[in-house]
Amino acid sequence: MGEEEGMKRRKVWEGLGLGLLGLAAGGVMIVLGGVIGFLILKGGSALSWEFLTSFPRRGMSEGGIFPALVGTGYLVLGTVILTVPLGVGAAVYLSEYARGGRWIRIVRVGINSLAGVPSIVFGLFGLAFFVKAVGIGVSVLSGALTLSLLVLPVMIRAAEEALRTVPEEFREGAYALGASRWQVTRSIVLPVALPGIITGAILAVGRAAGETAPIMFTAAAYYAPRLPRSPLDEVMALPYHLYVMATESTFFWKTRDLQYGTALVLLLLVLVFYLTAAVIRARMRRRKRW
Amino acid sequence: MRARGMADRAVKWITWGCASISLLGLGLITVFLFREGLPLLRRVPLGSFVLGTAWHPTSAPPSLGILPMIAGSALVTAGALAIAVPLGIAVALFIGEVLPHGFKDAFKVAVEILAGIPSVVYGFFGLVVLGPWLQTRLGLPTGQTALTAAALLGVMALPTVASVAEDAVAAVPESLREASLALGASPWETMWRVVLPAARSGVFAGVLLGMGRAIGETMTVLMVSGNSPIWPPSFLLPVRTMTSTIALEMAEAPVGGLHYRALFAVGAILFLFTLILNLVGDLVAHWVRRRG
Repeated sequence: MGEEEGMKRRKVWEGLGLGLLGLAAGGVMIVLGGVIGFLILKGGSALSWEFLTSFPRRGMSEGGIFPALVGTGYLVLGTVILTVPLGVGAAVYLSEYARGGRWIRIVRVGINSLAGVPSIVFGLFGLAFFVKAVGIGVSVLSGALTLSLLVLPVMIRAAEEALRTVPEEFREGAYALGASRWQVTRSIVLPVALPGIITGAILAVGRAAGETAPIMFTAAAYYAPRLPRSPLDEVMALPYHLYVMATESTFFWKTRDLQYGTALVLLLLVLVFYLTAAVIRARMRRRKRW
Repeated sequence: MRARGMADRAVKWITWGCASISLLGLGLITVFLFREGLPLLRRVPLGSFVLGTAWHPTSAPPSLGILPMIAGSALVTAGALAIAVPLGIAVALFIGEVLPHGFKDAFKVAVEILAGIPSVVYGFFGLVVLGPWLQTRLGLPTGQTALTAAALLGVMALPTVASVAEDAVAAVPESLREASLALGASPWETMWRVVLPAARSGVFAGVLLGMGRAIGETMTVLMVSGNSPIWPPSFLLPVRTMTSTIALEMAEAPVGGLHYRALFAVGAILFLFTLILNLVGDLVAHWVRRRG
């Protein structure tokens, strides 16, 4: 083979390889755009103020998704209240107090392993532990507790990353003035890391709002004629409502419009959370002066 | 001075408690899955449970064989990986090596959103779009097949593979790239023969984590795969996975009964399997970081 021919072949490979990479990346974006675009197109017509603020009617074949929206709101609120303090606490320990060693390594493995547990297994656990053993029953509280465990790793990782980006000089400056570790953490590190912590909380909320399997046996009701009055009531939830409407309801093929609308609301909800988090992160990076 | 020291120590122990809650949760999950599932083995031997091919939990006497579900999960996961691994690696290389700096973050956000779309939305999309499309395209009796589930799971596992692989690619020292380019290798040759091999352990960790994601996914599979425990399973037929079996039948299984125990046992097997995948993936990733 001549040198020129070898060069030519290399050039062909070069184009082919880079072309395939571009194709793959472009394909992924098309899939993403396709799913979102399709749901906006089909679901847009079902969206209205009435759809968002009215109860389902006639065996869920008409009406809106109000109770499911409220239910998801309660579940997410409960999850945030439980997850944020625990997650930030864990992150403070890992980033500010821990000095390495075997225990920390085990704790980290535990956090990573928890992140990999299938969502349906959380559902089973929630049923066996919170609903049955603790005796809370199928309720907002059981659902929120189960979801908290599921999103805790997301919260811990984001908060720890935020704490770690605070420059060491900030801490040293405060120590030099005689502050204790807790004073440094409380008045220097946490405030500086706050945007990152908020980002983590938003990502955790986005995740919790979209999960179905963990709340199937712990919180979700097929249909509830009224809004929950206490954390011990069961609730309708947006993702479970979509699942039920699309597969189990009596006339599931007749209510496709409502289903498209529900799917779109759920999708937009999650998109808003993720994009907000992305914007905060980008602004943080740009503003940083150290 | 003393009060300050005490506050400091109190905070240390409180945050220590927060950090340990993940471990506590993991321990409780283990205990409760086995507490509810293990009594099954007193009535049904492990061999006939795991290797039995008939699943009729409500007939008398019930047959409780989960091999079709294990095989179904394996089939769907393999199909998903066939999509997620090459595409995930390509996306990782594209972000790490091809995209100019200003676009990297935007592309990463898009991949994150792909991971953030709720599984029930993917399931709905598969139910109303992908399934019917595959049905007419391939001339199938139903569009709810293992293939439909695998295609969607592939898309859902892709961000996991891509983000872990991208971290590994970014961790490859710049000097390796420079050396390769200086020796006359082209950008593609550098990527394919230098960067990717140097990042292979991290890429492998990403594949393991993506596999865990695919095998544990519930709602999407539940909505698009038809849910028939057909033995032996095939890509063009409906399929039943371990996850969808639990989701589908838990509500109607009487608490404490054999069916209930069997579903918890399925959950325990699923849990152990993903736990092993995660531990190995974690070990590999840890090893990469230490070596780097």
